[in-house]
Amino acid sequence: MGDVPAHIVANPRLGSWLTAGDGYVEVRVGKVELGQGIVTALAQIAADALGLPLAAVRMLPASTTGPDQGLTAGSLSVLHAGPALRHLGGAVRSLTSGPVHPPSAYVEAIRALDPETDLTGVEPASPAAPSEVGRSAQRLDLPDKVLGRPRYLADLRPEGLLHGRVLRPPSVGARLEELDDDWKAPGVGLVRDGSFVGVVGEREVEVDRALEQLERDCRWEERDLLPDQDDLPAWLREGPHEEIAVLDEGGPDFVAHSASYSKPFLAHASIAPSCGMARWDDDGLQVWSHSQGIHPLRAAVAETLDLDPDAVQVEHVENAGCYGHNGADDAAFDAVLLARAVPGRPVLARWSRRDELAWGPLSSAMTATVSAGLVDGRIAGWTYDVWSQGHSSRPGFRGAPGLLAGAHLATPVPLPPPTDPPLTAGGGSTRNATPIYTVGPRRVTGHRKTETPLRTSSMRSLGAYLNVFAIESFIDELAAIAGADPVRFRLNHLDDARARHVVDTAARLGGWGEPLPEDVGRGIGFARYKGVGAWCAVVAEVAAESDVRVRRLTVVADVGTVVNPDGARNQLEGGAVQATSWTLKERVRFDRRRITSDDWEGYPILGFAEAPPVDVHLVDSDQPSVGAGEATQGPTAAALANAAHHALGVRVRDLPLDRAAIVRAIEAQK
Amino acid sequence: MTRLTVNGAEVVVTSDGDTPLLTVLRDELGLVGSRFGCGQGLCGACFVRLGDAVVPSCQTPLWQAEGQAVTTVEGLAGGEGPHPVQAAILERQAAQCGFCIAGIVVRAAALLDSEPGPDSARVAEALERNLCRCGSQQRIVEAVVAAGGGHG
Repeated sequence: MGDVPAHIVANPRLGSWLTAGDGYVEVRVGKVELGQGIVTALAQIAADALGLPLAAVRMLPASTTGPDQGLTAGSLSVLHAGPALRHLGGAVRSLTSGPVHPPSAYVEAIRALDPETDLTGVEPASPAAPSEVGRSAQRLDLPDKVLGRPRYLADLRPEGLLHGRVLRPPSVGARLEELDDDWKAPGVGLVRDGSFVGVVGEREVEVDRALEQLERDCRWEERDLLPDQDDLPAWLREGPHEEIAVLDEGGPDFVAHSASYSKPFLAHASIAPSCGMARWDDDGLQVWSHSQGIHPLRAAVAETLDLDPDAVQVEHVENAGCYGHNGADDAAFDAVLLARAVPGRPVLARWSRRDELAWGPLSSAMTATVSAGLVDGRIAGWTYDVWSQGHSSRPGFRGAPGLLAGAHLATPVPLPPPTDPPLTAGGGSTRNATPIYTVGPRRVTGHRKTETPLRTSSMRSLGAYLNVFAIESFIDELAAIAGADPVRFRLNHLDDARARHVVDTAARLGGWGEPLPEDVGRGIGFARYKGVGAWCAVVAEVAAESDVRVRRLTVVADVGTVVNPDGARNQLEGGAVQATSWTLKERVRFDRRRITSDDWEGYPILGFAEAPPVDVHLVDSDQPSVGAGEATQGPTAAALANAAHHALGVRVRDLPLDRAAIVRAIEAQK
Repeated sequence: MTRLTVNGAEVVVTSDGDTPLLTVLRDELGLVGSRFGCGQGLCGACFVRLGDAVVPSCQTPLWQAEGQAVTTVEGLAGGEGPHPVQAAILERQAAQCGFCIAGIVVRAAALLDSEPGPDSARVAEALERNLCRCGSQQRIVEAVVAAGGGHG
């Protein structure tokens, strides 16, 4: 018998993955729909594995009653769930001698299987030729969303529903100083525990009005805890730090060039504010959440409230786009705390736009310094240092529950300082800090700031966004010193054949070397995500005068075997556009006390008229699948900065690449 | 009591006149297709037609809709199926999380009613008050242009 996939070993019971209905099967995976289309791709894999048409496969939402497949994160879902579903399907075909025709008879045979069957003990039948995988199947979830049907967590309207709102403190570290013991507002009940304060009521309008009144009536003690937003690189370099020794082979004997780069704090800025729903009753606690990890959320809720985890069930329900650890888990816990006051009634707690932008975990500000030697046009030695806060404070990560409201309770459960995923999982601050190029002896070190008032966690590509931006900007700077064309210079330092093919193809499709109008520049950025994932090159064409306008992006990616070509293209295209927004416009702003970029005017994102056309090309491959969702983030940033340099003759090393940054770069050059 | 017409049907609602139209639609009428995104009229997720205008329903008090015709995303699909903008969006898979898309459909449908055959620049301009975070703008614009019978 071959190797049994890890997720089957951890979840061996057939019935936790599969049940059969009338003419269809229901598959429950532990991976969740975040707006990335993963459930459709997994349905395609399941259909092929079982030997059923896609229409006969229904995907159930992830639940703590189903398989635990950890987080839906890191572009790993196909890599994790694919082998498990193939084993499941192979085992079912072997147990039923299926697929038998017609499909309805086959489904009946599946229905007759013992749900307690241990899948690790079944030798799977060999796979049939795929008919769904490799096809651009339409997303299963989109019709509801486009037609305006109830689909999102915010749309749930169960019997007896109450609406809930939490009044978040005005600033980090604020303490609720004064609120009348007999505070009242029409139609709502008050829930208070320390500095956690909220309202619950039947009618949404009354709950919203009560929240406004509550905000007027609460007095807070606030403190100035935040750093100077205009001097973040210096602040990041101040300790204490934890050193992350990624690689030490020495470094350059002589430094030919050295430069530093930075990015500000960024917000997830999903279009919907986070929300959660919970109901307490005699059987325990039921939670509905759009979390990326329902099992860790269950454990965190149980630990914070000292409950038996078995008495807590969490079910995933889709909500707006999720690009990492956002406010989903926190909003779920808000619902839990509010619902505790009204046993038997479900409470839907929805954040405000301000909560979402100011209280959702942020993507950390980062800065990096690169130095390299250059001998006869070749890179000879490389030193890379990156300073950052940690990129994970997910619930349960490193043992702490990490739920926002826990820190505001009368008996607080403090939030852990953000840390990093281990290097074996791609790292956080040092993700993609090691160059893919042949550069001679390398020394790569991360410096993770261990004390901070700002809560940061995983956002799409984690540290790779800044690290790839820095490395790929620096490669262009070295190419200029060496008098070499940036594409040729990259190819001269790349041994990996798939990398070379991706760079070469991007240059060709992106019109590399073709003449451009005045004030228009072209630039390239390239990386292999996490060093083990997708290869992705982006060629950007930008018009730059007082600010940067993107005329065109060309994305070329090798993601191995493609499950759903249009879905993969959609992810790469969306990732490139989102990275364009981060790179050109975004920056979390604050004074010494409060986050001030707490609405869409304070935190503008790329609009329709600014969004560039994107051409996506997928490399044909029969190699194992790797994820596509995060591959474009770093390469896009670098391609834009390199293109802006090509157009303007000045280099912007501190993001965002906005008008002010261009003016500073021009001033610095004078 | 406020009387208004929602998706062609006359309704009487009990919410007071200062209640945001979005809250009336979602909470009192159970029409959850209009989404809450910001509550400040800055993202377009809650766009509805009010008479001939497209308005953010989160910033529109109920009294303003009294006696008027409101069309939400749920009211755009005809008897024969989805609105052409919805069909084109589905055909091109022009959405990722889809949370912005209902408001975009409402805005785009209004555009096609008033300006047949807009090109992509005009569509992008018309959607300037709709935000999309997943980066589906290009596909959405192509879908709306196609629904309008235009050629980019």
